[in-house]
Amino acid sequence: MRVRRSTVIDAPVDAVWALLRDFNGHGDWHPAVAASLIEDGPTADRIGAVRAFRLADGSQLREQLIALSDRDRSLTYCLLDSPIPLMGYVASIRLKPVTEGDRTFWTWESQFSPPAGREEELARLVALDIYEAGFSAVRRLLTKPRPTVRAAAPPPSPPPAVRPPPAATGATLISEAIVVERHGGPEELRPRRVAVPPPGDNQVRLQQTAIGVNFIDVYCRTGFFDLLQLPGTPGMEAAGVVLDVGPGVTRLRPGDRVAYACPPVGAYADLRTMDATLLVPLPADIDDEMAAAVLLKGLSAHFLLHRVHAVQRGETVLIHAAAGGVGLLLCQWAGALGAIVIGTVSSEEKAEAARRGGCRHPIVTSQENFVPGVLDITGGRGADVIYDAVGRDTLDRSLQALAVRGHLVSFGQASGPIGAWDLDRFTAKSTTLSRPNYAHYTSSPDEVRDMAAHLFEAIRQGLLRVTIGQRFALSEAALAHQRLEARATIGSTILIPGWRS
Amino acid sequence: MPKIYISNVIPAPTGQVWGVIRDFNGLANWTPFVAESRIELGAPADQVGCIRNFTLKDGGRIRERLLALSDYEFSMTYSILESPMGVENYMATLQLTPITEGDRSFAEWSAEFDCAPGREKELVNFIGQNVFATGLRALAQRFSA
Ligand SMILES: NC(=O)c1ccc[n+]([C@@H]2O[C@H](COP(=O)([O-])OP(=O)(O)OC[C@H]3O[C@@H](n4cnc5c(N)ncnc54)[C@H](OP(=O)(O)O)[C@@H]3O)[C@@H](O)[C@H]2O)c1
Repeated sequence: MRVRRSTVIDAPVDAVWALLRDFNGHGDWHPAVAASLIEDGPTADRIGAVRAFRLADGSQLREQLIALSDRDRSLTYCLLDSPIPLMGYVASIRLKPVTEGDRTFWTWESQFSPPAGREEELARLVALDIYEAGFSAVRRLLTKPRPTVRAAAPPPSPPPAVRPPPAATGATLISEAIVVERHGGPEELRPRRVAVPPPGDNQVRLQQTAIGVNFIDVYCRTGFFDLLQLPGTPGMEAAGVVLDVGPGVTRLRPGDRVAYACPPVGAYADLRTMDATLLVPLPADIDDEMAAAVLLKGLSAHFLLHRVHAVQRGETVLIHAAAGGVGLLLCQWAGALGAIVIGTVSSEEKAEAARRGGCRHPIVTSQENFVPGVLDITGGRGADVIYDAVGRDTLDRSLQALAVRGHLVSFGQASGPIGAWDLDRFTAKSTTLSRPNYAHYTSSPDEVRDMAAHLFEAIRQGLLRVTIGQRFALSEAALAHQRLEARATIGSTILIPGWRS
Repeated sequence: MPKIYISNVIPAPTGQVWGVIRDFNGLANWTPFVAESRIELGAPADQVGCIRNFTLKDGGRIRERLLALSDYEFSMTYSILESPMGVENYMATLQLTPITEGDRSFAEWSAEFDCAPGREKELVNFIGQNVFATGLRALAQRFSA
């Protein structure tokens, strides 16, 4: 079957050709294409070049350039891989000048063999969603009156009559990203467009689909932690798809689904280039949003419950902020390990969430001091291990609620820094104190993959349920932080890049 | 060999526009510069090989032979046998292509020829502007509501 569409663009033919000639450029102008790259290098005008691209709906396609003529201003390409059954799809674009009015006549046509019964639907899809949508986008792009420097001041040398086709730029892509220019409140998280370079040695470039929000991102934003160079993009956790890989990358290929939870910061973005060793391949049954919601928090829960303290059956565990991102995972996993789980939360609603997460004794701290509650539940003994990431507001009382020879794991400070402590105070109960740092438990890629495999298995077995309590658009990152700091979130919070909505 | 290429958008469906320009004897109907025309030897105007013999409003006489006519591609090709312009090996094509968006037509008129050295520019300009561009503009005008 053949589909043919044509139009007239009110722009000189060389300007339109400069745009369309770049076989990788459709990511910049076609509304359906979220991102595109040329496989095996940046040369977009080599016959045989393959462009791998992602549509806004997430589907992946590959097309190959089979003819390109600067004389005829035409190019022909065929479809290699696609989730849409456009069998044998070969398409051509051809431009001709409309000498009257210095405009462009543009023909876009194709031939393919659709499966029986789907002819009309696929012909419409190609004609409207691909060709006509492309016409409109190019028309908007090229016929918009654009302010030019040239109009203001005469150029030092005459401009070339023909704009050269964009240099083989399969290279840098433009991404939506959150940029912090100076430390401060949530309002410092500003949506911007940034350039994302192609992957260098041992790097990959990701098209991210979901981004995890963690309390540590707040510490980076305020400058409490020194991990974010200004101006810079925060975030340590996301899931997505490999767009392209740099030299030396052997374990990953374009199209692979991956996630990460680690420094360096920079996750609050649509596209990101980073070291390949930091990535964890995602199994098919772990979807992107779940991965972004659980990887950092789940790996934390893993090492907190297995490495920092190996929780034993029958131990009493106190978990602060038990309905939070890490908190809900700690509750469930500690419960699965056979511990008796006590949790603190600030509201009834959170108590209910914690209870559903396996916290046997949620204590609502706005209503009662948790120390008597814990002593009560443990028959006066206190908790064997306390996971305290609230910090300033709780640590002192945590010590009071701890059993003799108990383990106080201070792993965060959501309410503020814990300040200086007199070590002599720990003698009173022979307390063990830990101050674990995420980076020290996740610095070996092999170890991370191992722990991630454990985590995914725990999810598969139903030991852990991942609660995504909040979803925000990436551009609304400031709002997400504001909610997190206002103690208004339950479970995990994720950000969704704009191209997906 | 000098070349001429002129194109324009005709605001009407291709079938309609073709209906007007297909007539090899019909230049007087749609161009502003032809006074009267006839087909030599009484041949039909769509017989490939026929010769049109027409006078321009400025008095010049031209004879042209139809070399190809396609109702499938909406195109016609012809050569000049005699003209006051001083061109040799002159061959021209007039072609329509549908513009699906807006159901309009893209019209192209092109030619190649030989001439005395030094006259190329003048002739390209003269034929391009005074014949092709003027003709296509008149055609577009005819269909503008
Ligand atoms: N050391 C490590 O390796 C490591 C790794 C991961 C996470 N962490 C720490 O674990 C903690 C939890 O992280 P998360 O991302 O899952 O956050 P979260 O627990 O979802 O959010 C923080 C929670 O802390 C509680 N909180 C108590 N006082 C607060 C205050 N003044 N301001 C804000 N929140 C307060 C709130 O729960 P209530 O309203 O119920 O009190 C709030 O929902 C953070 O402190 C983080 O730094 C540490």
